Amino acid sequence: MRSVGAGVSALSVRGVFKSFGSGAVLADIDLTVGEGEIVSLLGPSGCGKSTLLRIVAGLEQADRGTVQIGPRDVSGLPPGARNVAMVFQSLALYPHLSGRQNISLPLRARRLTRLQRLLGPLRLWSSARSIEREIDAAVDDIAARLDIEGVIDRVPARLSGGQRQRVAIGRALVRDSRLLLLDEPLSSLDAKVRVQARDEIVQIQRAFGVACVFVTHDQGEALAISDHVAVMLGGRVAQFGTPAEIYRDPVSLAVARFVGTPTINVLDGAVDASGRVHAAGFVLDVRLGIPAGQKVSVAVRPEHVRIAAGQDESRPVLRVARIEDHGHDGLVHLAGRDGKAALLVARAGRALAFQPGDEVRVSIPAEDALYFSEDGSRLAGLPVAIAAYARG
Amino acid sequence: MPAAEVQVPRWRETVAGPYLMLAPAVLLLVVMILVPLALVAATAFTDWHLGGGPPQFVGFETFRTLLEDQDFQIAVWNTTRYVGLVVPATTLMGLAVALLIAECGRGQALYRMIFFLPSVATLAAMSVAWQMLLSPSVGAVPQVLRLLGFAPGNWLQDPHAALPALAMIGIWSEAGFAMLFFLAGLKTVPHELVEAIALDGRGSVVDRLWHVTLPHLAPVTVFVLVFSSIHALRVFDTVAIITRGGPEKATLVALYFIYQEAFSLFRTNLAAAATVLFIAVVLALSLVQLYVMRLGRSR
Repeated sequence: MRSVGAGVSALSVRGVFKSFGSGAVLADIDLTVGEGEIVSLLGPSGCGKSTLLRIVAGLEQADRGTVQIGPRDVSGLPPGARNVAMVFQSLALYPHLSGRQNISLPLRARRLTRLQRLLGPLRLWSSARSIEREIDAAVDDIAARLDIEGVIDRVPARLSGGQRQRVAIGRALVRDSRLLLLDEPLSSLDAKVRVQARDEIVQIQRAFGVACVFVTHDQGEALAISDHVAVMLGGRVAQFGTPAEIYRDPVSLAVARFVGTPTINVLDGAVDASGRVHAAGFVLDVRLGIPAGQKVSVAVRPEHVRIAAGQDESRPVLRVARIEDHGHDGLVHLAGRDGKAALLVARAGRALAFQPGDEVRVSIPAEDALYFSEDGSRLAGLPVAIAAYARG
Repeated sequence: MPAAEVQVPRWRETVAGPYLMLAPAVLLLVVMILVPLALVAATAFTDWHLGGGPPQFVGFETFRTLLEDQDFQIAVWNTTRYVGLVVPATTLMGLAVALLIAECGRGQALYRMIFFLPSVATLAAMSVAWQMLLSPSVGAVPQVLRLLGFAPGNWLQDPHAALPALAMIGIWSEAGFAMLFFLAGLKTVPHELVEAIALDGRGSVVDRLWHVTLPHLAPVTVFVLVFSSIHALRVFDTVAIITRGGPEKATLVALYFIYQEAFSLFRTNLAAAATVLFIAVVLALSLVQLYVMRLGRSR
């Protein structure tokens, strides 16, 4: 392989299309993963994220487009020739092989001939013997780094879940792949172990410095561990950005709705003659640069909804419908005064200060809200003061 | 009437209820199997011949006679050879055919049926068919071979070829059954393991077979080995119809020996003793099978 030039990314997917039968599963996918980065493919089930991962691995062929790993175009290569490592959802350890044999298999498959592998115990070839020694050393080394030396001779059934995960990662990393693919490796674990296993993956990934694509439907997981997140919706990359960008600066209403727990509040609104936005009794002082009378969606994160005890007449009065206490903070579910449909969810540090049935005045800071046009695309909203300043 | 209102008859709720319901099956088991078995076992310890005088208890004398009987020794040896020929070939054929069928996309059902058909056909009828197929003058197989320039022998009359010929028919009739088990096993190969080996290995079929498919099929293979052994031990139809134990006792197998002793030579006690030994062997194999299945389940 030629030397790696500067600016070569670990993975670069260009214009990938894929359809099964009549339905398009992936449409025009572009994705770049930098060296040593963790990039999450985040999306609901059926969004095509696993298919994309499998196309990168070579387990699935794209109808169109290219996959480049490091400097190499691997689009036409079979999985075994791509030098990618993958950790499967079920981990997919070979059940009849010990941890050591599982980890060494990729190396043995590559460095030894089939005859040498089969007759290995007979020690017929001196070259094979020295290769076997190298492989043993490599496995010992990786086992030490993963802290599984003590259990490496057990079969998978006799390992704990965490040990199994490490063996699976060891098998993936042992052959110095440039790219590690993880297909929802945590989804079979329960909540507590899950966070632990997640941290472990990040730690190992940082220690080995290998670039990593992580498929998940869990946005908390994606935001917590990724350098970049690709939000996939309906077979497209809806947005690619850092976790902060994805959360604070979503490009569409769909992304805003998909990311964040609880789901972002969305209010139907319209622009009035003066350019301000009215939505569900709130008046938001922004300039969206669209004609009066146009409908807009106002989206606001629960932590930006402010509940005030004061008597500011300009703020609408809402009724507390339900309190959700999470300990460190809480959620206040707010409904209209008539108590009908739930309107807003507010995150409050002192949620318990309220009682269901309380009537409170609520405000939404115009600069914290996000605005979307009717087709769901983002509208840049400038607070009035800044807009006035910008106009000079 | 709604199901909830169905009255359970009073007798079913008594202590005897369950036993009453078991009774028909138990009765059949006792009358058809246990009693005959006990009678056979008892006969084995007497000097009773069909049509002879009243039986005398002779202890293990019958077994001693049996073990020294040259025909019995031949039958044991022939049966062993037959099992040794049929079992490995049946298993390998079943596995190979299953692997091929599992790989072919279209026509799977058709091929499965074609290969399974011999297993459902009546072996007695098939024996007649094979006898004709192999008949040296008019049989299809020798004729085709002659056309191809070979000189086929009269296998069924050749002491060296007769047992292998019957073994071939045995394999033909059993392989489909084995195939069915292997096919079922292949259906449960974990998909992610197949993909893991595609990434870990060099993408060859051999890697996949060696590291994923065959280890996964190991329990099924043991099961197939055991049941095809039991089936091969019980070979009778082909022998009785095609060769009648000949030529020169080359196809005298265990069951045919028992049949001859009991119904041609009327040495009933000898036949009974041989039956007892035969059942012991089959029982032992069944226990192995049970053990293996339990092992498979506990994994």
